Amino acid sequence: MLGEGIIKGMGETARNFFGSYVKEDRLTTVQYPEERLPQKEAARNFPFLVYDGKDWDKGLRCVACQICEKECPPQCIYIVKDATKKPDHIGKMQFQAKVFDIDISVCMSCQICVEVCPFEAIKMDVEYELSTGDRFGQLLLHKDQLAKSNDYYRKIHPTEAAEVDARMGAEKAKAEAKAKPAAATSATPSKP
Amino acid sequence: MDQIFVNLKDWLVALFPAGRQQELVSALISVAALIGTFAGLFALTTVLERKGLGRIQNRYGPNRVGPYGILQPMADGLKALTKEDVVPRSADQVVHFLAPLVLVAPVFLALAVVPMGRNMAAVDFDAGILFFFAVGAATELSVFMAGWSSRNKYSLLGAMRAIAQMISYEVPLILSSLAVIMIAGSLSAVTIVEKQAGYSGLIPHWFVLTPWGFAGFILFMIAAAAESNRSPFDLPEGESEIIAGYYIEYSGFKFALFFLGEYIGLFAASGLAITLFLGGWNAPFPFLTWIPSYVWFFGKLLALIAVFIWVRGTLPRLRMDQLMNFAWKFMLPMALINLLTAGVWHFTPPGLARWIICALLVFGPYVALGRTLFESKKLAKRTYSYAE
Ligand code: SF4
Ligand code: SF4
Repeated sequence: MLGEGIIKGMGETARNFFGSYVKEDRLTTVQYPEERLPQKEAARNFPFLVYDGKDWDKGLRCVACQICEKECPPQCIYIVKDATKKPDHIGKMQFQAKVFDIDISVCMSCQICVEVCPFEAIKMDVEYELSTGDRFGQLLLHKDQLAKSNDYYRKIHPTEAAEVDARMGAEKAKAEAKAKPAAATSATPSKP
Repeated sequence: MDQIFVNLKDWLVALFPAGRQQELVSALISVAALIGTFAGLFALTTVLERKGLGRIQNRYGPNRVGPYGILQPMADGLKALTKEDVVPRSADQVVHFLAPLVLVAPVFLALAVVPMGRNMAAVDFDAGILFFFAVGAATELSVFMAGWSSRNKYSLLGAMRAIAQMISYEVPLILSSLAVIMIAGSLSAVTIVEKQAGYSGLIPHWFVLTPWGFAGFILFMIAAAAESNRSPFDLPEGESEIIAGYYIEYSGFKFALFFLGEYIGLFAASGLAITLFLGGWNAPFPFLTWIPSYVWFFGKLLALIAVFIWVRGTLPRLRMDQLMNFAWKFMLPMALINLLTAGVWHFTPPGLARWIICALLVFGPYVALGRTLFESKKLAKRTYSYAE
């Protein structure tokens, strides 16, 4: 009969209406600033620079090789090399970046910089509350804003960070194993 | 209690010297009260509608401004006021400016004849219902003014749709109320309400409780929804098709005025439905008559608005051909049959037999019509040969 479907539909919406007052779990809405959904591990938005240890400036893994700068498709990374060197995790002397900027208003979150970096120095962040009143100045992140500790990296991407840690640990062990016989024969300190 | 507002107005009017001046003051007070009440009701309805629709979709709806989001309309109003008022350069400036005013003024005029309580009609015309439909037709003009003057193809499409829809549904709207006018024998809204006062036992003498009245009420509500462009008849502003239809080129407070006009139109139509079918300000049971009459009127008004919101939350938008088929092939014949039934009701002696005959007279054609329409695929699900 004409109108049957309408009655059925009205019944359904009425059930939803009253149900939402009775059963809390019907409501799928998350009240955002107060409530948050747990972060997904695979989430990513903009890159950040990883550092080891306590001092961010000393511990930055980046060696200013500028591979990421060249590979970044929208060219949003800007690096200036520093003249002085510092040792990396296996104790080799490396350059460091004097300026490391990422314009996140341009970055398209493609993760290519992360893929190409041979030093595990740049990783993807999950921070999404980035709104600002100044879309030019505030969205150009400098080295100090980009630097985040390895602990933070372990927290946001546990699986990935564990892999990286294992790989770097293995490299370090290998380097040490190599350095030992060399140190025994030449008796010169490999570290300044 | 019942006459508190009437007495208040009389007291205020008596402060002025008698004669022309008193008449003017009386009219001004009525207008101010009408605009104040219904603008407030509009604000309340917008937030309740959004909350209700939210709940229907298992969301919270607005809940940020004030306790439970009840102050949301204030935020909306402020936003509308502070927004830039953009007028397209190629628009017809005068007509573009006038269109929202032409919408808002007549709907308030239409409200004036609806009795909102005992002795509480702003004006009691002998031909009140006629006046209602006459000024109600002005909304069509405003919609077309808006669509035409904006010089935008979506606007024009929306306006064309609106005109087609409003004119088509005007016919069943008036025909379904004609049955009431026939039985009541009056065009005055106040008289029609008085005809529905009184009770047989516990049952009130409302027209909706008769077979022809019930059918008329349903037809009236459907036509009223179409007249005020409410979902599922919101083709003129179908967001997914023509963005915002005829008011696409309106922003800021002019847009808010359109919004207001639409809602006030809905209130006016609901108010008329209450007057014609739901016994106006009469209480539903004889032992409840101590509650003031305006409480009943506004209670019924809110209930009807709730139904409109409920329908909006349920039904999808119609297609243009479905809309037209429904108006001319279902609503119109049903309204005519209903008119006939009302005549039969009037001329048969009261009793159960009359009830059954009239119920059959309405229900039979309803089933038959529904079946034929489905069989002739006019209303049925359309089957696509290529696009599956
Ligand atoms: S994520 Fe892509 S766009 Fe963003 S900085 Fe890295 S390479 Fe450039
Ligand atoms: S982040 Fe990686 S790829 Fe980019 S400059 Fe530093 S070390 Fe090189």
